[in-house]
Amino acid sequence: MPILQVEHIRKSFGQTKVLDDISFSMEPGNTLSIIGSSGSGKTTLLRCLNFLERPDAGVIRVRDEVLLDAGEPKKVTDRETRRKRLHFGLVFQSFNLFPQYTALQNVTLAEELLAHDTPEWKADKSKTLKRIRDHGVELLAEVGLANRMDNYPHQLSGGQCQRVAIARALALRPDILCFDEPTSALDPELTGEVLRSIRKLAERNTTMIIVTHEMDFARDVSNTVIFMDNGRICEQGDPREVFDNPKQERTRQFLARYHGEDAR
Amino acid sequence: MDQFAQQFPVVFKALNVGFLQTLKLFCVTLLGALPLGLLLACGEISRSRVLRTVIKVLVWIIRGSPLMIQLLIIYYGPGLLASSISAEAAASSPFLNMLRNFRWSGGEDGRFAAASVAFIINYACYFCEIFRGGIQGIPVGQEEAGLVLGMTGRQIFFKVKLLQMVKAILPPISNEIITLVKDTSLARIISLQEVIWAGQAFLKGSQGISGVIWPLFFTGVYYLAANGLLTVGFAKLEKKLGYFR
Repeated sequence: MPILQVEHIRKSFGQTKVLDDISFSMEPGNTLSIIGSSGSGKTTLLRCLNFLERPDAGVIRVRDEVLLDAGEPKKVTDRETRRKRLHFGLVFQSFNLFPQYTALQNVTLAEELLAHDTPEWKADKSKTLKRIRDHGVELLAEVGLANRMDNYPHQLSGGQCQRVAIARALALRPDILCFDEPTSALDPELTGEVLRSIRKLAERNTTMIIVTHEMDFARDVSNTVIFMDNGRICEQGDPREVFDNPKQERTRQFLARYHGEDAR
Repeated sequence: MDQFAQQFPVVFKALNVGFLQTLKLFCVTLLGALPLGLLLACGEISRSRVLRTVIKVLVWIIRGSPLMIQLLIIYYGPGLLASSISAEAAASSPFLNMLRNFRWSGGEDGRFAAASVAFIINYACYFCEIFRGGIQGIPVGQEEAGLVLGMTGRQIFFKVKLLQMVKAILPPISNEIITLVKDTSLARIISLQEVIWAGQAFLKGSQGISGVIWPLFFTGVYYLAANGLLTVGFAKLEKKLGYFR
């Protein structure tokens, strides 16, 4: 059973069509990479999944639960939206860590706020806080930052910040973790350490959607690749197929530019 | 020199009394203007177009005209207005009736109340603009990160944005607050008995001392001392918030 089904998503900003009839589905434990040139709608698609944008039309299902049916204009309460968006996690291009909190506090803040007023919290507050803290420490250790827990974001390198952001997104145990060009704000040296962390997650069968310009990485790590062009899915399939044997002319052109860059 | 030594204790005591009134006005203004300014700032970034326009016009009028004139209008305005409303007009409308009967209470209490109202409105408008800049200056990514982590709007404001906003607005706010210490002297125009008034009294003659100008000059020491303390305090606060960027 697919974990995620996206059907006929459309989104326009004013006159500009940004997403035009996007449909795909993915199986649990898989990694999906979305590639395509800037302005092709990749980021908007992720933002729709995370309820940062509302599609004009289309349906989003997670584990067969309809999270969003744009055709139904009924009002959704804030509480509902918050519950629904927790199916997804999002790692931003520009990290968006909270500067006034340490790495560990960044990771634990949301889980703590969600724990308020739960029976567990009421029964034993300090025990709950301890459990959340331990979870945060564990997540930071997984991304290789066990010794950086008490540093503030400005004391960390870009790569380290992004790894904190990954740990933060994992803290709420989302069904699907989304990455919006996670390495685009980093220099090549720092890119490697972030990609290694994501690769590790893929090896442990974390369900992930990665919007990226790192073609080699997309090819190695993902089970499926989607090539987007002008708000449409131009081609999708097995990464080896799409990269080595693209069926669409547009995909060929796009990839040729990257291969050209590699050759230089 | 002998004369100065005789005068000093008398003058010092009188100036202290005056400065107490200065401090009172300063504190009341801050207590009123900071929350009112935040409220105005929230209105200025609200979705209501009417509210935004009303606040923008208010801010323009208040920031665009001298505080001294505002003090005069607020203190003398109600009395002038009342005398221009006829008894018949007042009988026809409860609002006009209220205007006709409104007076600042006589004496220092009335002057202090009027000065407080004028200062609170004036400073709230300046604070409003600073707060608005502080709120809007926080990158959208902070709000989005909070949303994606399932936080409520309240949680995002209090747990994520507030401290960043406080840090960003601290320098302009401290600037305004230091200006406020000195601006309280404008209340002299409606004869509020603050420290400048107290110093000036010895020029015209008070407690057997007249025609001396040094008490007026000496009031400057009070302002310097108060602003020295504030400067040190704000520097400490800034340092305290310097742990993050």
